[in-house]
Amino acid sequence: MLEFEKPISELEKKVDEMRQLSTTVDLSDSIHELEKKVEELRESIYRDLTPWQRVQIARHPERPITSDYLANVFTDFIELHGDRSIGDDPAIIGGMGKLEGQPVMIIGHQKGRDTKSNVKRNFGMANPQGYRKANRLFHLAEKFKRPIITLLDTPGAYPGIEAEERGQAEAIAKNLLQMASLKVPIIVVIIGEGASGGAIGLGVGDRILMFENAWYSVISPESCSSILWRSWDFKEQAATALKLTAMDLKEVNVIDKILPEPIGGGHRDHNQMFATLKSALIAELTELNKIPADKLVDQRREKFYNMGSWITK
Amino acid sequence: MAWFLRSKKNIQDSVQREMPDGLWTKCPSCGEVIYKNELEENFYLCHKCSFHFRIGSKEYIDILFDENTFSETNTNIRSTDPLKFVDSKTYTSRIDAAYKTSGVDEALTTGIGQIAGRTVSFGCMNFNFIGGSMGSVVGEKFFIAAKYALENKTPFIIISATGGARMQEAALSLMQMAKTSAILSVLAEQGIPFISILTDPTTGGVSASYGMLGDIIIAEPGALIGFAGPRVIEQTIKRKLPEGFQRAEFVLEHGFVDFVAQRNELRNIIIKVIDWFMA
Ligand SMILES: [Zn+2]
Repeated sequence: MLEFEKPISELEKKVDEMRQLSTTVDLSDSIHELEKKVEELRESIYRDLTPWQRVQIARHPERPITSDYLANVFTDFIELHGDRSIGDDPAIIGGMGKLEGQPVMIIGHQKGRDTKSNVKRNFGMANPQGYRKANRLFHLAEKFKRPIITLLDTPGAYPGIEAEERGQAEAIAKNLLQMASLKVPIIVVIIGEGASGGAIGLGVGDRILMFENAWYSVISPESCSSILWRSWDFKEQAATALKLTAMDLKEVNVIDKILPEPIGGGHRDHNQMFATLKSALIAELTELNKIPADKLVDQRREKFYNMGSWITK
Repeated sequence: MAWFLRSKKNIQDSVQREMPDGLWTKCPSCGEVIYKNELEENFYLCHKCSFHFRIGSKEYIDILFDENTFSETNTNIRSTDPLKFVDSKTYTSRIDAAYKTSGVDEALTTGIGQIAGRTVSFGCMNFNFIGGSMGSVVGEKFFIAAKYALENKTPFIIISATGGARMQEAALSLMQMAKTSAILSVLAEQGIPFISILTDPTTGGVSASYGMLGDIIIAEPGALIGFAGPRVIEQTIKRKLPEGFQRAEFVLEHGFVDFVAQRNELRNIIIKVIDWFMA
């Protein structure tokens, strides 16, 4: 449970207590009324979420992660492992699958569900071999003319000794270069956290979609706070200053579409999240399938050439 | 992203700020006392230990280009503070302060000039402008300079000195990684050579985009080159990093730069590299 959801859960507790009492007395009217209040409270809290609250929702341990979407949005998924050089990174997974019958390549950051699986997945923080595996799968998809779908969910690329020795910077840079040139459609979806170079290392595409409570920025609010405020205590202000929400990013054309989430956040209704993603992907892909490859690449490059804000005096 | 953390304790910064005033300075590496004009004549290297003092675009232009051939371009592109970013100061005030103290107009200076008679499209980052950080203006100036190389079929050379993407432009800075890489993908298709020179420091969003995308990647001796800043890594792994970690020689040993070149040899080696590409 998230801190700002406490009033909701307290009210829910009361409903439960009344239910237990109602075995002896009829309280159904009061229960019903209280249940209505719970929903109203949830709606009012979720109508005015602060950026920091959204960051917390994006990190919710029960929020759908890449493997959930693989199992529920796509069919016939076969995971493909390894960068063919030094190993297989469990923090990025990818493979062949079908979207409504169309063969596609899906690649995403993979977090864990609990401590054990999070340790295995390195909390979704990829090493160079993860980005190089993705690069290999990009080429495989292009070779067989299969569209690519990437799912972004990472607190950042892993800042470790081996990651540096193996060229974390080079691995990410190569992906940016390749993704700008691939002659197949690419749809990027920010499903949870999109932090820094570790996120954009899978993030160059023809369409950039983002779930309502996901966040995407150059740095996490915590690290931003520690650098600019010289303290870890300003994460809420940093989250606001960074303009990291889907609504903010749509405004400055970093993303194309916001995917709505159920009231209460994605963790409250997985099936709705799967359905939303599936229909959005099908709609985008239907459009992208019609564009000739050369034009697709030109448009993609043009899209990123226009990103940013500057004036010419 | 660690430019701010680093610059606070970096000896070279204070040395550089003092250099215009004093007649002499002390080598931060070996302690040798060096006269300023002597330093200038020696490519800003310590004459005793070859320590490379940090310099900016003006000095690199003097070192690399044929005399009176360089003309600066795109000096009229300015940041707009698109996100109205405020921390302890506003982004606008940080930029204003940077104009005044750095003597340059952005973290990237671009222009066209000749090296041994060959025209080159060139850019050099200025670490003293908000930590050499890459925001929208750096991205756009890079883009225009790359396009010039493409349209005029000249080599494209960039010297990096940066802590990475500019935090105050948040996601828009992050997108500059994609923007600069996208135009480099066109140069690659068209066979336009891109030479990336990495100086101290080159980290974060720049190393993870154009810094590491050179057809030839050259590093200056001792330059810090990596993705994550050393302090972030130490906080993550909870131990001290070994001596020389992420330095140019280490990066060379691990296979991520083509060679390390001393600054006094830089022009000659670039002439040869360009000749191989363009002859
Ligand atoms: Zn010295």
